[in-house]
Amino acid sequence: MESALVIVIGVMTATGVYLMLASNLLSYLFGLILLSNAANLVIFVAGRLTRMAPPLIPKGLQAPPEPVANALPQAMILTAIVIGFGLLAFTLALVVGCYRELGTIDADHMRLAEPITPDEAH
Amino acid sequence: MDWLLALPFLLPIAVGLLAFSARRQPQLARVISLLGCVGLLLVALAIFVQVVTLGPVATQMGNWPAPFGITLVVDRLSAIMLLLAALVGTSVAVFAQADIDLHRETLGFQGFYQLLLAGVCGSFVTGDLFNLYVWFEVMLIASFALLVLGGEREQLDGAIKYVALNLVSTLLMLMAIGMIYGLTGTLNMAALHQALGQVEQRAALQLLAVLLIAAFGIKAALFPLYFWLPASYHVPPVAVTAVFAGLLTKVGVYALIRTFTLIFPADLSVARELLLGAALLTMLSGVLGAASQYEFRRILAFHIISQIGFLVLGLALYSPLALAGSIFYMAHNIIAKTNLLLISGTARRMAGSFELRKIGGLYRASPLLAAVFFIAAFSLAGFPPLSGFWAKLLLVTASLDQAAYWVAAVALVTGALTLFSMSKIWSEAFWKASPQEPSQKLTCLPAIERVQRMAPAVVLVLITLLLGLFPQPLIEFSEAAAAELLDPTAYVAAVLAPGAQ
Repeated sequence: MESALVIVIGVMTATGVYLMLASNLLSYLFGLILLSNAANLVIFVAGRLTRMAPPLIPKGLQAPPEPVANALPQAMILTAIVIGFGLLAFTLALVVGCYRELGTIDADHMRLAEPITPDEAH
Repeated sequence: MDWLLALPFLLPIAVGLLAFSARRQPQLARVISLLGCVGLLLVALAIFVQVVTLGPVATQMGNWPAPFGITLVVDRLSAIMLLLAALVGTSVAVFAQADIDLHRETLGFQGFYQLLLAGVCGSFVTGDLFNLYVWFEVMLIASFALLVLGGEREQLDGAIKYVALNLVSTLLMLMAIGMIYGLTGTLNMAALHQALGQVEQRAALQLLAVLLIAAFGIKAALFPLYFWLPASYHVPPVAVTAVFAGLLTKVGVYALIRTFTLIFPADLSVARELLLGAALLTMLSGVLGAASQYEFRRILAFHIISQIGFLVLGLALYSPLALAGSIFYMAHNIIAKTNLLLISGTARRMAGSFELRKIGGLYRASPLLAAVFFIAAFSLAGFPPLSGFWAKLLLVTASLDQAAYWVAAVALVTGALTLFSMSKIWSEAFWKASPQEPSQKLTCLPAIERVQRMAPAVVLVLITLLLGLFPQPLIEFSEAAAAELLDPTAYVAAVLAPGAQ
């Protein structure tokens, strides 16, 4: 199961990086989504995929009677998903703002902050 | 648990929420924000005194014993970083009262500013790798907001590049954290110190080291990952650039120092070589970039990069003296750099532009501003007896001790080129006569604005002078901090010992 997921992560990362390298900001955004989900899956796999009991302790016991699944990676992934979602929403709003204000979503054409100098133009 | 260690982030968050709710009454929000900064300064001082007298202190959030819960821990390095962050936070907060326009304040500038400080301080106190990631995100989202606040076209343009590259850094860090967890089963830094030393797969360690160098390298603006910085640091208001320049990249350097002294085993030579190469190229390329610029703030932005190279150089050389040099350099650079940016803001207020070709005559317009700039700029270039001289002396001595002569040569060349840039600003902006109408005199500004603009600059320059004239206390402190980093036994004991809760 782990190896299948590892391959999925690899494909997602490669696709994500490829998309992010494009100068079109929309491609960048899709790449970002893929890459952040790949990162979440990395944590998921790192927590080991086992089919075990949920991590609950029955009443009256100090420790679970049988091996339980590791809940910590899932807590971390939840945190990462929430943060990633917030950042993605911000980036999307920023791209929309750029499109409205600058009239382009092609990063190569965004030279307002760093104007082309005369020596570069040659 | 000891609440004092949680205050460096709890206080700014609370103050930020208050200031954000009060954003429609800018006067009130300003007072809240300023009081919050003063409070943060007091908290940082209290922690600093405690750490100097007791050594590393730690506390467990929610009383979960380490390594299961989130640990807060402050050693000498964290303590001085907190103190510097609070100092910069307070200085820039005073300056921002004059610099930030009403429109940006009603959009919530003060709230985001406090949130940024919370993220920075949280990164310094946490003893848990995943928690460090969370604080990085807090800092990042606040910096995004500060960067685009106001929504000018140039700001959006710069922000796209800043956001795009910093998000990549975040994802690399998250992946590395996931893999470290998979390898060791813990993310507590002190526990990782023990666990990663016993990992037998060296290849895995090297991979993780490279991933983290890339992640923190983007944050710290290391060569060749720094391109977001000169693209974005000159677009927001000066107060925002000043706090970014003083704190954000330094958090990346702090994370590098923490990771490669505490978490990874000391004999990981790949990391050391990679950092050394990156540090030297960062120093050179940053200073050369600055030499080609003719805009006040963009010159300073390239110098931030160059100085980051010095900070990482101390870590790469990895001797007690070199690390002490890095820490001293950090204190010197945060203060001098923030100050230079504050001065650039006042210079623009008086002369009307950041373009060196268009401005001039600032010495005539304000000898005080010129004197403050002179001291800060020549300290940055490493002139004796200013603080930058001692910082460079420590690092160059450390590299000569290791017979790394070309490292010392690069450091000295970088210093000379820094001097070139600083004297360029001096002669263009301050010395030559103004090409257009003469600059407005400082005394023509309203009295309150003059105090808000000049008081932080004067205080910071006095600290620079003090560090230059009496460097011994800080050098001794830096050496003690470096010794703590190289032998983290006390740090680990403070976190993991059962009595530590």
